[in-house]
Amino acid sequence: MFGFCSDPSQIDGLTWLACYLTTGKHMAFYGSFGTVLILLAVTAPVAMLFGFGGAAAARSRFLPLSLFGKGYTAIVRGVPDIAFFLFFVIALDQGFEYLRHKVKCPDWDAPIRQGNDFVVCAEAKLPLSTSPQWMHETYGFFLAVLTFAIVFGAFAANVLYGAMRAVPRGQIETAEAYGMTQRQAFWRILVPQMWIFALPGLGNLWMILVKATPLLFLLGVEDIVYWARDLGGTKLARFSDYPHGDWRIWYFLALLVFYLLLTWVSEKALARLTRRLSHGQATAAGEALRKAGA
Amino acid sequence: MRKLILTTAALALTAGLAHAESHGMTVRMGTEGAYEPWNYINDKGEVDGFERELGDELCKRAELTCEWVTNDWDSIIPNLVSGNYDTIIAGMSITPERDEVIDFTQPYTPPDPSAYLAMSDDVDVAGAVIAAQTGTIQAAFVAEQGWTVVEFPTPEDTVAAVRSGEADAVLADKSYLAPIAEEDPDLVLLEREEMIGGGVGMGLRESDGELRAKFDAAIQSMKDDGSLNALIEKWEVASTF
Repeated sequence: MFGFCSDPSQIDGLTWLACYLTTGKHMAFYGSFGTVLILLAVTAPVAMLFGFGGAAAARSRFLPLSLFGKGYTAIVRGVPDIAFFLFFVIALDQGFEYLRHKVKCPDWDAPIRQGNDFVVCAEAKLPLSTSPQWMHETYGFFLAVLTFAIVFGAFAANVLYGAMRAVPRGQIETAEAYGMTQRQAFWRILVPQMWIFALPGLGNLWMILVKATPLLFLLGVEDIVYWARDLGGTKLARFSDYPHGDWRIWYFLALLVFYLLLTWVSEKALARLTRRLSHGQATAAGEALRKAGA
Repeated sequence: MRKLILTTAALALTAGLAHAESHGMTVRMGTEGAYEPWNYINDKGEVDGFERELGDELCKRAELTCEWVTNDWDSIIPNLVSGNYDTIIAGMSITPERDEVIDFTQPYTPPDPSAYLAMSDDVDVAGAVIAAQTGTIQAAFVAEQGWTVVEFPTPEDTVAAVRSGEADAVLADKSYLAPIAEEDPDLVLLEREEMIGGGVGMGLRESDGELRAKFDAAIQSMKDDGSLNALIEKWEVASTF
């Protein structure tokens, strides 16, 4: 990056460090922080949608829908994340390719399952093996978002289901007494009031999601933990211009700071949100706010 | 979400079609990227090492366009059979167990002994705690002998375990351990070596016979003109043919 970096063996001290910290590999490391943040920013709302859908389905009076909602939360919460990431994602990917294969190559006569192999025609590959690497990474990223959303959505569904039941029954009864339909009571009375009950559980989920990103590498997406491990590993003079011993502890310390910062910011945001949502609620916090305001 | 996936799919499709016209066949080469000198990520963040150079040369000879992909060692075979990449070129020894699941090309390095790296040269391996990478022939070997084996997900971790005293010695390919012993005065290679493994080859799906034949021919041509031996010597990964 800098002109004086052309021969790293001749420099030392801060200059060496400046060169070392700006190698292409370190740039990829810094970039992966962005990957993780984007993943969190995209996954959280999608998981909320899944969770909301799951909770609403579980509450439904239409039996199959309610069974589906309850089954979704029960099954997904019971399966270990790593199993989900190893097998479910591969299955998901194969599912997409299978559908594309059926549409695009109707006259393909070889079986798709050949022993251990999963073989679809070249046009059905997702992404095509001819597409550039970034396309594969983007695809892996979206698979990751989808998987995270399904897993965390199940937990969120359970939290929201509980929150919906925590809203005092009297509120709904009043709504019904005013002549609202069930749907109206749900959207106008229940949903606006349930968040305060859901927030502690959702906050926990967010914190767990923040730390779950190393699972990304199972999908070929290189996250911060992957790079920290690789960069911190012993580098021999034969294979690197910047040989060093086992520096993983320093890289992991940097990650620690990053995660603590992220937690700290999240705590602040959650505290503000709790305060806002408590406003006018029939909870202890809501009551305290009302008294302070009066 | 579904829309996003569809959009990506559509993008992938259109871009892919445009590419397919100009290139011919693209082969995705899966490697671990953490096993010097075989394959590692260099300072620039690219895949480098003996297998990078070998793979690029093989692709040139077989007239294929090759793309490098890194994948965790643990899931490197499942991702191959499900079609996320087309070959494994990651210092993988040819063993009957692996051969049941995937196919191998002819070996591009001869069978070489595995070595032990330890803090002192008087370690008795039979009574010691041996570190090895999960899913390697070395881990299987130590377990078969009935000795104590501690498995780690990456090669780096196995050596770190010896440094920290968690294990007494690490068993791995000699080519991986030798440069470490050379640069670290605290670590020594034991005299004892184990003759395991049947040489290192490229792994392919069993249904990909055509591709395997292409790579086999390319490896053969590199063996015949001596360029493979030259490459092995340059990277010091094994003995020569």
